[in-house]
Amino acid sequence: MTVIGKSVPRLEDRALLTGMGRFAGDRNFDGQLHMRVVRSTVAHGRIVSVDTGAAAAMPGVHAVWTGADVADIPPIDLRPGSALQDLEKCRQHILVQEIVRYVGDPVAAVFADDPHRAEDAAELVWAEIEELPPVVGLMDPPGEFAPGVSTEPAVFEKGYGDVDAAFAAAAHIVECELSVGRHAGVPLETRGALAIWNDAEARLEFHAAAKIPHTNRIALAALLGLELDQLHLFEGHVGGGFGVRGEIYPDEVLVNLAAMHFRRPVKWIEDRMEHLVAANHSREQTHRIRAAVDADGLVRAIDDEFWFNQGAYARTHGATVPTVSATMLPGPYKVPAYRAKGHIRLTNVTPAGTYRGPGRYETSFVREGLLDRIAAELGLDPLDVRRVNLVAPDEMPYERPFEVGGKPIQYDSGDYPKSLQRFLDHIGYDALRRDMAARREAGEMAGAAVICFLELGGDGPFDDVRVEMAADGAVEVVTGVASVGQGAETVIAQVCAETLGIDYAGITVTHGQTDRIERGQGARASRVTVMTGNATHKAALGVRAILLETAAGLLQTAAEELEISGGTIRVAAAPEGGPSVTVADAAAETLRASSGDRIAVEETFENDRATYSFGAQMAAVSVDPRTAGVTVERFAVAYDIGRAVNPMLVEGQLVGGAVQGIGGALLEEFLYDEAGQPLSVTFADYLMPTAMEVPDVECLVLEEAPSTTNPLGLKSGGDPGITGAGAAIAAAIGEAIGRPGSVARLPVSPMRLREILTGPA
Amino acid sequence: MKPAPFEYVIAESWDAAAALLAEHGDDAVILAGGQSLVPVMNFRLAQPAVLVDVNPVADGAYLRIDADRLRVGALTRHVRFEAPQVGGPLGALFPRVARHIAHLPIRMRGTFGGSLAHADPASEWCTLARTFDAVMVARSVRGDRRIDASDYFQAALVNDLADDEVLREIELPALGPDWACGFAEFNRRAGDFAIVQSVAAFELHDGRIVDARIGIGGAAEVPWRADTAEAVLAGAIPSASLFEEAGAAAAESVGELMTDRQASAEMRRDLVRVMVSRALEDALAAGVER
Repeated sequence: MTVIGKSVPRLEDRALLTGMGRFAGDRNFDGQLHMRVVRSTVAHGRIVSVDTGAAAAMPGVHAVWTGADVADIPPIDLRPGSALQDLEKCRQHILVQEIVRYVGDPVAAVFADDPHRAEDAAELVWAEIEELPPVVGLMDPPGEFAPGVSTEPAVFEKGYGDVDAAFAAAAHIVECELSVGRHAGVPLETRGALAIWNDAEARLEFHAAAKIPHTNRIALAALLGLELDQLHLFEGHVGGGFGVRGEIYPDEVLVNLAAMHFRRPVKWIEDRMEHLVAANHSREQTHRIRAAVDADGLVRAIDDEFWFNQGAYARTHGATVPTVSATMLPGPYKVPAYRAKGHIRLTNVTPAGTYRGPGRYETSFVREGLLDRIAAELGLDPLDVRRVNLVAPDEMPYERPFEVGGKPIQYDSGDYPKSLQRFLDHIGYDALRRDMAARREAGEMAGAAVICFLELGGDGPFDDVRVEMAADGAVEVVTGVASVGQGAETVIAQVCAETLGIDYAGITVTHGQTDRIERGQGARASRVTVMTGNATHKAALGVRAILLETAAGLLQTAAEELEISGGTIRVAAAPEGGPSVTVADAAAETLRASSGDRIAVEETFENDRATYSFGAQMAAVSVDPRTAGVTVERFAVAYDIGRAVNPMLVEGQLVGGAVQGIGGALLEEFLYDEAGQPLSVTFADYLMPTAMEVPDVECLVLEEAPSTTNPLGLKSGGDPGITGAGAAIAAAIGEAIGRPGSVARLPVSPMRLREILTGPA
Repeated sequence: MKPAPFEYVIAESWDAAAALLAEHGDDAVILAGGQSLVPVMNFRLAQPAVLVDVNPVADGAYLRIDADRLRVGALTRHVRFEAPQVGGPLGALFPRVARHIAHLPIRMRGTFGGSLAHADPASEWCTLARTFDAVMVARSVRGDRRIDASDYFQAALVNDLADDEVLREIELPALGPDWACGFAEFNRRAGDFAIVQSVAAFELHDGRIVDARIGIGGAAEVPWRADTAEAVLAGAIPSASLFEEAGAAAAESVGELMTDRQASAEMRRDLVRVMVSRALEDALAAGVER
């Protein structure tokens, strides 16, 4: 019996489909207060006064806090290892102390016995703010952002090889400027938090935590001045993560601080308008990039300079997005010499953090756009340019000599050209290209393009897993991982079931509860299946060994002679119907002998290497030349995941990512006016793709190259659907309008495409 | 995201609604389907003191042919227009227009009269009403007042209804069988507000256009009739080039076009040209089918 590799149904779905989900909004405690945050309505200004009198006098209002009430709480830290230079100076206080820096900056918090009363009272909080001129342009010349803080608090370089020599000797130099607009993950469920002071346990409990409960526990305890054992986090169901949900924002700290202070439960659910100005934005960056190229399109060197819009503050992710942008830009191509100079810029808009595929969505668009320019300028086939540059299978493991965290980047495995060819065959590329060419010949604007990308994930440093088995054989896997809807429970149960030879459906997977396991890394950076999967495998092997030892005694044979299948332990070589013992009986016997109540094995899986995997995407689009409207006719993703634990879930990740990526390519954008006022504050202005705008996403899940970084050979799978989507849509539009490489900015709105269509050829 | 406190009162007849409006003046707002009003109340952009719910008004939702008029009860939900309700060219046009109005759940609640009372520049029904010179029938304690579409739309979200008047019925012409009607709209996603839309109709006798109506919405603050484009069509035989010519005339027929981040005025002018010609093509196709 094998269950790894099978598309078995999700364990998560019963609760979710029968209305038993427990999202933040579903949780309530007796006597709870409801928090409402009052946010700045100007982009930049000095607070003269905050009048809370009228709000505090409203019936049901318990308290109103302003910056002065929380002045002793330090600003929210950047995650260890993510800071660069002066970013520490740009951290955000949980309530503004003097200067508001973006529309949405928290100015006051109202606590009332009812959420509607809290909202009514919040309307009456009057902040008098002396407006200051805002910084809104990413490319404005550097100046002062705050006293002692530049609008450019950090500049960094990443690179290797002799870039200048390559350009000096170049047959051709191709250069362009490419930009990605500001957009972000927008989960169906807005953020929410519920904190309660537990008197009996003398501890603070933060319910509806998400994504990285153990990491946030450490950070929150430090902010609140608590010992670690005075704070526990409890994950609930989460309506979408995408990098946005589950970070520590001012709001979550306020809820916990208030619960501590008032010794009453405090609940907070943000509304959509708040979410769109308060939760992390992402993506916005502009690249000026050039390549030194041979006549056949082989790239000898890339020289890139880019500007990243961090917004008004550095948040928990620190410099993660620009750093990953710099190191992942070369993607699946050789690029023997490379230099990237990144400028982190502060502006008076919502702060930025990660969004699914951070740094890869953006730089895949930039890199593939550059390759399309190279093909166009040199008169080459765009796919040939990609082929000639792909890292070859005999170069694996491929080392890119960056210093990242003190060690070079190493692509662990893959046959990129073969994977690309399988994708081309799968989608019928040649016929598709012929068909598109014929349509263009007939006067239509229609085109298809294939782009390549590289994905990374599955990084450590560690994951702990404890596998416990009760006397009836019931298994619980306790992990420090989190579930953001991706199917973590199912995948972990599959790995455990495979190792123990039992049914996956009976396994309970516990996650996101800091009182159940000491350490954890949560669900970030596309790591859960790789890291927790391997830790689960390791711990389950320990339980298996104990069971076999007991069974060996019962069956009077050596443990090595035994196998477990279908929940039964038997002699491997014996015929069907030979001596056997059930897993449950072996567990009961083990526990009787040891007088324990559970067999428990805890193991740590450590890994200091990320997995790198190849992927490709195809978009086929048509453009209405008279309206500049774009229709996505086909969209396909190929991804080499090495080994798929649950192919259905991998496909789900690919489809979901692709839809979000198409949104960022065509629709989604946070725009601001010259005064720094946000223009995208509802779903009427921030356009999410719907089923009507997105075709069925065709998936090709490949298992060409298992990872060499972990015993199970697993690679990451959370982000690949989104990574190349912007690049693919842009390339296909370029093909359709007969101007390859002409799309220089995402999203491609009709107005922007019209400029291209009516502009000089 | 909850509304500011308000008083909620029910009107079970148009006269009761009119009496409540007379009592509360501009403090009161009519609640019909609520699909525009309730969101702006939730955003607290609108904070009416009194909400007069007219949903319980008896016989407020209907489509009736009455001699040469088609009478639409103000409370008729959008969804009702998705299936043919009345015969004739206009009856055939309704489903093709209605499916462009937002999404099904919104069409289940939103009303024809509510759209006209809200007077959003991108409203399909407002454009249709202007195209066919609808008459808006408003009730107040003074009785009924009939308002021509040409006087009714005054600016974006502004119409000729007085504070104490409630829109109770919309009258459209019941077009004869020789009319063909079409519609076209451009937006970025299915169900979004139109960036530009056009309703076009013409009456054919012996293969020639003897009368034409062209209405445009989404492009300017109020929907308008492109009479110069209508003049291009009069007396002519339908053809692609004629429709292009009419589109061009329509694009030149209005001065002030809206600019927003979806589309500049210049882009809207181009879209007017395209949408008018496509609405005419749609009309021709619909006419041929009959």
